[in-house]
Amino acid sequence: MTHEFDAVIVGAGGAGLYAALEASKTARTAVVSKLYPTRSHTGAAQGGIGAALGNVDEDNPEWHAFDTVKGGDYLVDQNAARILADEAVQAVYDLENRGLPFSRTPEGKIDQRRFGGHTRNFGEAPVHRSCYAADRTGNMILQTLYQQCIKNDVHFFDEFHVVEVIMDGTRAAGIVTFELATGEIHVFKAKAIMFATGGFGRMFKITSNAHANTGDGPALLARAGIPLEDMEFYQFHPTGIRGMGILITEGVRGEGGILKNRSGERFMERYAPTLLDLAPRDMVSRAIMTEIQEGRGMRGDRQIDDWVMLDASHLGREKVYAKIPDIADFCKTYLAVDPAEQPMPVQPTAHYAMGGIPTNVDGQVCTADTVYEGLYAAGECACVSVHGANRLGTNSLVDLIVFGRRAGKHIAEFVRHAPQPTLPADAGKAARERIATLKKTRGAHPGPLYKQMQDIMMSKVGVYRNEPQMKEAVAEINALRQEFANVRVQDGSENYNQEVLGILELENLLDLSLVTAATALNRTESRGGHSREDYPERDDANWLKHSMATLRGGDVAIGYKAVDTSIWEPKPRTY
Amino acid sequence: MNITLEIQRYNPETDGEPRYQTFDVTVDPTDRVLDALMEISRNQDGTLVFRKSCAHGVCGSDAMRINGKERLACKTLVQDVAEADGATVRIEPLRHLPVQRDLMVDQSEFFARFRAVKPFFIAGSEVDEKEYRQSPEERALFDDATKCINCSACYSACPVLEKNPKFLGPAAIVQAARFVFDSRDKGLEARLGILDTPNGVWPCENHFECTRVCPREIKITKLINLTKREIKKYREARGEQTAEPKEDTQ
Repeated sequence: MTHEFDAVIVGAGGAGLYAALEASKTARTAVVSKLYPTRSHTGAAQGGIGAALGNVDEDNPEWHAFDTVKGGDYLVDQNAARILADEAVQAVYDLENRGLPFSRTPEGKIDQRRFGGHTRNFGEAPVHRSCYAADRTGNMILQTLYQQCIKNDVHFFDEFHVVEVIMDGTRAAGIVTFELATGEIHVFKAKAIMFATGGFGRMFKITSNAHANTGDGPALLARAGIPLEDMEFYQFHPTGIRGMGILITEGVRGEGGILKNRSGERFMERYAPTLLDLAPRDMVSRAIMTEIQEGRGMRGDRQIDDWVMLDASHLGREKVYAKIPDIADFCKTYLAVDPAEQPMPVQPTAHYAMGGIPTNVDGQVCTADTVYEGLYAAGECACVSVHGANRLGTNSLVDLIVFGRRAGKHIAEFVRHAPQPTLPADAGKAARERIATLKKTRGAHPGPLYKQMQDIMMSKVGVYRNEPQMKEAVAEINALRQEFANVRVQDGSENYNQEVLGILELENLLDLSLVTAATALNRTESRGGHSREDYPERDDANWLKHSMATLRGGDVAIGYKAVDTSIWEPKPRTY
Repeated sequence: MNITLEIQRYNPETDGEPRYQTFDVTVDPTDRVLDALMEISRNQDGTLVFRKSCAHGVCGSDAMRINGKERLACKTLVQDVAEADGATVRIEPLRHLPVQRDLMVDQSEFFARFRAVKPFFIAGSEVDEKEYRQSPEERALFDDATKCINCSACYSACPVLEKNPKFLGPAAIVQAARFVFDSRDKGLEARLGILDTPNGVWPCENHFECTRVCPREIKITKLINLTKREIKKYREARGEQTAEPKEDTQ
């Protein structure tokens, strides 16, 4: 079946929904999502959305932009960071004006809390910048945007999984999707195609990410020959629930929570004397892993699955249950720990992809010399780049709202003049054949491949990295990709075939694992979330540049793109 | 520990009626029931289907009946439902919604009722300055209702929906309450066309099953009663009658 729209947006999280709201003002817009509405992982974001409202402390968007650049270890494109910080302010007011239930100050304004790496006056001290709705800010953003989409009659295709982008040279022409309910292949033709498919944390064993976070957009664009930017930069959030990876918001530390090692020492005093527990995430994750490697984790055996403690018990029961009620609920459910009384066992958890589909500040997919007409991306799957080598807490939600909106506006304008593209006569044929082949193959069941991939990426391309391990990772992931070519589907049904969906997702994760490992191996310096034991220093002379990785079968070809450093000169990064 | 999952299987394309199938799995007591289901689908039987996403109780994808009670599979630990080694845990799809296949149900009707209550902000006035002013106390009045994740657990557990499938249902009323008790919203009147009808809020009989099963611990029954009271207040102030059926009036 073929559908025709002006604009098709893939993904119904924050970026996709905001873009849909804007685009649908002039364009016949469809949102295609592999999940039911309101299931997207934006809903799992907890602690807040950063914006220099100045409701609690004096604040300034310029300080927010600077913190973003420094937090990203100067790999951030600086004008993009200015746009992010400037437009965040109005974006938060827009959400509030559309009903978002922010927590409030005693005067009835939007309340703000402290968050890692957000400072007053270029690094002097932590600032209250994160606007929040208890500890379910992302869920409230997702709900609010979905409510607005209902009000504006946006057209949804739920549980459609994207499998292919159709390009006409450098012009987007459509997408091919797999409908879960029927197993049918649907082709969507549109003047503008936008990817807002979210992250790909499921390539790692311990992750805060949803099962659905399989990098569908970046993976299929990579297979279409479009380069991906800065894929070696993957953020490990310092505080995931031990063993499970479930996120414990940085807001816990923003409210006064403290990290402690096995002897009860507040070890962040040694790593970040000014910001302490509110240092940026890459630094806190490294501090935790160093404590563990030096035998000061709770078990003390120096294994990577050891952990430390996050203590919020001194905050008092009332504050814990008012400010971080969901965290209290998670701890009680999964750990039988009441954070008002006991510390929480935590370890770094794979959390956020700084890299992804390269775009400009209008969400257009582009490289240094090519703009792909009609092709857009925003949110975690995209790389503007406003996060550089390490994203600051709260800036993911800011990114969704600011750049989802900008992409939507650009699409609304673009489709007014653009002609409908033409599709090749055999659009969708390859996908149909692919699924038919999967059902006929007599290879192994894919189950074990997930686990092997996640173990390899966690242990060899994790918080600390080195050449021998990453070389192994590249070879081993490629071997898994070979094995994957022969996997078999046991389920022969057409309707609700979750096994086919799972295999298509695994393919995406394997391809992105390869790109991640290969680009990480290639970058011989330490910067932000990319930390090399064999190259411990940042090397601006050779590496102040974005990686642009093109997938070519089993190889990854790596080129580069300049970083915009037009406002602040790169400096050593201390907190 | 070793447990047995007894799972309701049904594929309307090939099966005449639902049946139960058992699977033995080795799990840790602190694993989630979702982990056990994934162990089966990835390593034992790829034809078993269910929904999942966030795996920690915030997206609402994996509500199902576990030992007869509506729960999220990702927010239920094995030790919560299997008392000892060798225990059997029964897993079935939600009720009051058509089964699509195995543990997947069609939530179309659930979401249709969600949409019917106009679940979006209806502004009562111009913005005060940049943001609407709202005190922490006013904000607290509707906090509980903002926690809903549309998982349908309450819809499945509701005894009233069993005898009156046209009842609006608990979740949609929670969505309405989220706005009715928001000091910034003035959309009660616009929502009365669905809330104040014989199948709107009034059929609720205070069984509290919705409150008992809600994985977000929302006091749903209380919110329904508060909404009823708010509607009565509105009607009384205008000298109008509510649509509450007379014989049910207390």
